[in-house]
Amino acid sequence: MTDSPQDRRDRIARQFIAAIPHARALGMELQEVGEGRAVIAMAHAPHLVGDPETGVIHGGAVSALMDTCGGAAVMAHPAGPIGTATLDLRIDYMRPATAGHRITATAEVYQMTRSVAFVRAVAVDQDDTRPVATATGAFTVEWAKEARA
Amino acid sequence: MIRRPEPVQVVKQRRDGALQALVNQVPYIGFLGVHFDRRGDELTAVLPYDDKLIGNPVLPALHGGATAAFLEVTAIIELAWAILWDEMESGAPPEALPPVRLPKTIDFTVDYLRSGLPRDAYARARINRSGRRYASVHVEGWQDNRDRLFVQATGHFLMPSREG
Repeated sequence: MTDSPQDRRDRIARQFIAAIPHARALGMELQEVGEGRAVIAMAHAPHLVGDPETGVIHGGAVSALMDTCGGAAVMAHPAGPIGTATLDLRIDYMRPATAGHRITATAEVYQMTRSVAFVRAVAVDQDDTRPVATATGAFTVEWAKEARA
Repeated sequence: MIRRPEPVQVVKQRRDGALQALVNQVPYIGFLGVHFDRRGDELTAVLPYDDKLIGNPVLPALHGGATAAFLEVTAIIELAWAILWDEMESGAPPEALPPVRLPKTIDFTVDYLRSGLPRDAYARARINRSGRRYASVHVEGWQDNRDRLFVQATGHFLMPSREG
């Protein structure tokens, strides 16, 4: 069996999520992977609520989703990094997510350098025309030693 | 006429009770396991280590999202606590105060200085500006050494309206 680039990206991104205890604890599910791109969903759950009055998910859980999605997008980049960590992440909260609905984040690497990946991400709920939150981040990039001398 | 100061246990009980009530209303704070140490009006947030907070199992290191959430919780509680403190200390009986509605995050920027070690983390928030509608807050997070921050963050918040 050959491992096509898409298969390889899929495998790496799936392993990346499955291996992260905090992503599992928040119920994150990988939906899609492409070249330097990842889509991850997080179901609504009572323990993720930040505002008891409205039942809206805490911003911190949205941050964790954006951060994980950004990291997965870096790992799915065709240049083939073997590791990444967040350097900086800014989240803008556009509107409260609708209570009871899952949140889906899409992250994209829009610039990859030898040492840094620049990432943008957007999160939506069932209404995908109005973002719940957007994020921009800088991520470190690790390469296999022999791959980049 | 000089009023005798209240017995210290009464003051402590009132303040700790108000803080507990504030923190306990947020399910996500319970999920993360965050609690707050109080010295007078100064709060220190504590994130006790837990396996579910791990983001990189190889190193291992805390998840950047868990760290961000910890700092955001610290900022929000600090702001709500500042509102509550002023009302509580003005002498109004706590049961007469309207419940504090939580500030809403407008934006939050996290600066990861070093990887979070698999152990307890601490954070303190400083309110740099708090107006009628908006507030700007800076948060510092550390683990073993107060002077070696592993993360810092700045955020803007929409303040709750406060008519009783």
